[in-house]
Amino acid sequence: MSDRPIYLDYQATTPCDPRVLQVMLPYFTEEFGNPHSRSHAYGWRAEEVVEEARLKVAHLIHADPKAVIFTSGATESNNLAIKGVAHFYKAQKDHIVTCATEHKCVLDSCRHLEQEGFKVTYLPVNSQGIIDLKQLEEAITDRTSLVSIMAVNNEIGVIQPLAEIGKICRAKGVFFHTDAAQAVGKIPIDVDAMNIDLLSISGHKIYGPKGVGALYVRRKPRVRLTSLITGGGQERGMRSGTLSPPLCVGLGEACAIAEAEMASESARLTALRDRFYKTIQAELDEVYLNGDLEHRIPGNLNLSFAFVEGEGLMMGMKDLAVSSGSACTSASLEPSYVLKALGVEEDMAHTSLRIGFGRFTTEAEVDTAAKKIIQEVKRLREMSPLWDMHRDGVDIKSIQWAHH
Amino acid sequence: MAYSTKVIDHYENPRNVGTLDAKDTAVGTGLVGAPACGDVMKLQIKVNDNGVIEDAKFKTFGCGSAIASSSLVTEWIKGKTLEEAGAIKNTVIAQHLSLPPVKLHCSMLAEDAIKAAINDYQLKKSA
Repeated sequence: MSDRPIYLDYQATTPCDPRVLQVMLPYFTEEFGNPHSRSHAYGWRAEEVVEEARLKVAHLIHADPKAVIFTSGATESNNLAIKGVAHFYKAQKDHIVTCATEHKCVLDSCRHLEQEGFKVTYLPVNSQGIIDLKQLEEAITDRTSLVSIMAVNNEIGVIQPLAEIGKICRAKGVFFHTDAAQAVGKIPIDVDAMNIDLLSISGHKIYGPKGVGALYVRRKPRVRLTSLITGGGQERGMRSGTLSPPLCVGLGEACAIAEAEMASESARLTALRDRFYKTIQAELDEVYLNGDLEHRIPGNLNLSFAFVEGEGLMMGMKDLAVSSGSACTSASLEPSYVLKALGVEEDMAHTSLRIGFGRFTTEAEVDTAAKKIIQEVKRLREMSPLWDMHRDGVDIKSIQWAHH
Repeated sequence: MAYSTKVIDHYENPRNVGTLDAKDTAVGTGLVGAPACGDVMKLQIKVNDNGVIEDAKFKTFGCGSAIASSSLVTEWIKGKTLEEAGAIKNTVIAQHLSLPPVKLHCSMLAEDAIKAAINDYQLKKSA
């Protein structure tokens, strides 16, 4: 591990936990049955382990296992939930409510629906990244079939008020879907207590394998959806295709471990994050936290290091694996739309880093990372004309910049 | 994204970082780009009586390619006449640093910075 960069990008993906991999392995080779084969023991055994895995996934979110279907990942789950519900109820309802900081796969599913003639309301967020419940309530009409609001944001880690959103949706008689890819296994989720009707899960965000996820689809009251993938009618007709027992078993085990360790891991990560943030704050001025600190998962920080461009900063830290909200790291050259939705000015969005801590992050790694970031920010600020202006008391916003 | 060795070299060992006295009549200052676009370059030249650039300094807010582009041009323009320096084209900068298409604007900004510094110097001279 020592010659590889320190991994601090746990919101992008997580390594598969070796304990997860161990339980998956037999299902690639000797236990290779098709879980949909009804006529022999190979199939029965495969079905049995898939159902055990389904139980573990359901248990983590306090759901009925029959209401959990396996998918290829959260992107598919989100597509299926949003397009599936919209399409099924389109004769009566043609309106979706979502929010500006959703993951691209949610926003893009909504865009596709708009092209088909559906109407979509994109709720704004406040400067801390949280939606306004009153605005949500006002946005819902008798034409609304679905509200889709993410549980935890992938860039800034802020947690939306799920129980309050669920309560409003239930009272208004609309379905509530939440993209919980970044939330499941990290914060307690209870689909009944929170009135969640559909919930998306990703395997690789919770130390499970890539290529598997799940969608919770409530049975009472029943949520209907039009499937995206048709065929043999597996997964209660909502998602055809042969299930992969090793991937399902892996997701199940990842959920079981996350559930068992949630409280202790949450406390450990909070301590690591606070240690890191305090070190940074003690050594550097003009560092700003993007998004609410209190309503936030423990493993995320999103910091703007004013007067230092994010990509330039990352280039100096080849031994750290982090990500930036800077435009320069994206093909589109647009800075993060999430930070923009918070009202973070573009110049500050260019200076942001997302730092993600996780199960395998050590205190030594956190200390090394903080030291390296402090050193590079100081070096680059000495090279930054904006830092000079700031020190000379020049208001950078007062200058007429030529935008190109 | 993989950077060329020349970009990495200039990023890690930037040449001529610093500031010249902007009030000096022999000094021209160019400030181009915008914080909102993610890159700002400040390029300063000190011109002697023969119209030759005898010193150049830069400060840049931006990605590695922007820092490398400005560092490189400070090396190039030293010892050149204003006319020669003003003729440096972004394409040559981009080619020298092997900038990918998405980073071409960094080289354009460096060309603009030279022109802006020369402009500022000439404006001061004629005043």
